[in-house]
Amino acid sequence: MNLNFVWLALGEALSPTTAAYALATIGLVVHFGFTGLLNFGQAGFMAVGGYAFAITTLKLDWPAPFAFLATIAAATLFALILGIPTLRLRADYLAIVTIAAAEIIRLSVKTAELTEITGGATGLNGAGRVFNELNPIPEGRYGFGVLTYTADQLWLRVFGWALVLLACLIVYLLIRSPWGRVIKGIREDEDAVRSLGKNVFAYKMQALIFGGILGGLAGALFILPRSLQPDNYGTQLTFFLYTIMLLGGATTVFGPVIGSMIFWVVLSLSDGLLSLGINSGILPLTTTQQGPIRFIIVGVALALLVVFRPQGLLGNKKEVFFNA
Amino acid sequence: MPKTPVADLIAGPVAPGVKKRNPIIVVDGVSRRFGGLTAVDVEHVEIPANAITALIGPNGAGKTTFFNLLTGFDQPNSGSWTFQGRDIGGVPAYRVARRGMVRTFQLTKALGLMTVMDNMLLGATKQPGENMLRALFRPTWRGREDEIREKAVDLLTRFKLDAKADDYAASLSGGQRKLLEMARALMSSPDLVMLDEPMAGVNPALTQSLLGHILDLKEQGMTVLFVEHDMHVVREIADWVIVMAEGRVVAEGAPDTVMSDPAVVDAYLGAHHDTDLGTLSGQLEVAKDMESDLVRHDLEEEAVADGR
Repeated sequence: MNLNFVWLALGEALSPTTAAYALATIGLVVHFGFTGLLNFGQAGFMAVGGYAFAITTLKLDWPAPFAFLATIAAATLFALILGIPTLRLRADYLAIVTIAAAEIIRLSVKTAELTEITGGATGLNGAGRVFNELNPIPEGRYGFGVLTYTADQLWLRVFGWALVLLACLIVYLLIRSPWGRVIKGIREDEDAVRSLGKNVFAYKMQALIFGGILGGLAGALFILPRSLQPDNYGTQLTFFLYTIMLLGGATTVFGPVIGSMIFWVVLSLSDGLLSLGINSGILPLTTTQQGPIRFIIVGVALALLVVFRPQGLLGNKKEVFFNA
Repeated sequence: MPKTPVADLIAGPVAPGVKKRNPIIVVDGVSRRFGGLTAVDVEHVEIPANAITALIGPNGAGKTTFFNLLTGFDQPNSGSWTFQGRDIGGVPAYRVARRGMVRTFQLTKALGLMTVMDNMLLGATKQPGENMLRALFRPTWRGREDEIREKAVDLLTRFKLDAKADDYAASLSGGQRKLLEMARALMSSPDLVMLDEPMAGVNPALTQSLLGHILDLKEQGMTVLFVEHDMHVVREIADWVIVMAEGRVVAEGAPDTVMSDPAVVDAYLGAHHDTDLGTLSGQLEVAKDMESDLVRHDLEEEAVADGR
């Protein structure tokens, strides 16, 4: 029996995709967990970031550092466009606008008229090459067994996780500061915070932009090991991020990291186990059913998690216990 | 704290809209309509400084709407008002609060999933760490944080909430949340404290302590404007009473005398509370007041038919 899939599944814990999901979820935690903004369009922020990075590197030949700045600028602009009309309204309006905006982005970039810029339905390929020009790691093979990486693969992992840890550090510092106190107050009751002399709109906007930038950078990170495909940014991506957030704990700084690792390891492990069961005839399934079954498992796990451990793995039980 | 004599408050004969010797708020022609309903229509009213003023009136009189307008939580259809001589009509709620006019809410807004201490610290002003970029650099705000924490501990001790400082506000009782909300409002050292039904849902023992705290505010030089339904409370602590009905200020006066003002009795009990509606003469009297020809006509016909 070939058990390589177990190692590969564990290797998922440190893959750049896991890092990208963790980073996007940290942004979502800033929005939803700490500020109480119902952002159902984090996939849209990732798409905006991914396209900003791919277009500036591939079409405009910008070097990677400038492309990352463009990613930040594009996510900021997207947050402003979403936030200015909706942040003065009740929370549910932001939810509707963000989910719609994310779909607008995904469908617009796919139109044939924009193929020159966005690559249309086939997307863009090769942004990772520009990024690898920055690689300081000498050529060679690193790791052991099936978990052996090229210098480029290792560089991407180091860079991705460094970005995630930096984001964690910034969020940690912000949440424990008076700024964090104000946004948590807004999550609880924005009128009360307004009555204490705080400009609630400005704080909500800052939180939306900051979490959106993390989502945009995650979008750039996500396309570095693969090509950019518009259909990767559908609503299911946002709901995977919500799953990861609830798994790790919606009001924690490191929850998204743990959540993302578990999410990808379990997804990969269940894939391996299912194919093992199917090939040896234990499970009465076909290989085409294998993929969807994994996501059924994810759905059931999410439902059980919310019922039995609503605070997530790292959360504080008291914080979800009260119905204030 | 003795009550401020009425003569020290007003500069004219007692009447709705009377001028005050030292007004902190002056309101002119403020109206707020919701569709066809005029919720507030105040021609002129002044709130005396360094005194406790009660705003009373039956349900639906527009007291809370008036509060919301003054504090910037709602915008009027017309009118203007000044706070400490500065025009603050149309100023957003958070700026009104920064100018020293802090309010509480009828339905208490304790921030449940934050600790009592965090609730208090949020009430403080001039904390540079509330700026997003400076928040990342702890040394730039730690000094101010220590100052406001000290102030919060003082206030919590005064309001007997110090033992609860590290508990979530959601774990407090209803009365304790009222205390917390008032203490939190005081963190900014306001000049005017506006309390919307501070005694609602509070048990009698706690009412006494809340009354004491309100009197303390006046002693410390603050002005208090509060909405209240309990007349015992109003008589006990208010220096001045403003009565609203159907959106208008119908009477003003000292707490001992204002309740016998006919306009106030009318507002609470109806203008015809002494009229016997069981008799035809009573009904006619009401009809005459309503200036309703139709009703009078009906009643007169009825009287003719009865042979009277």
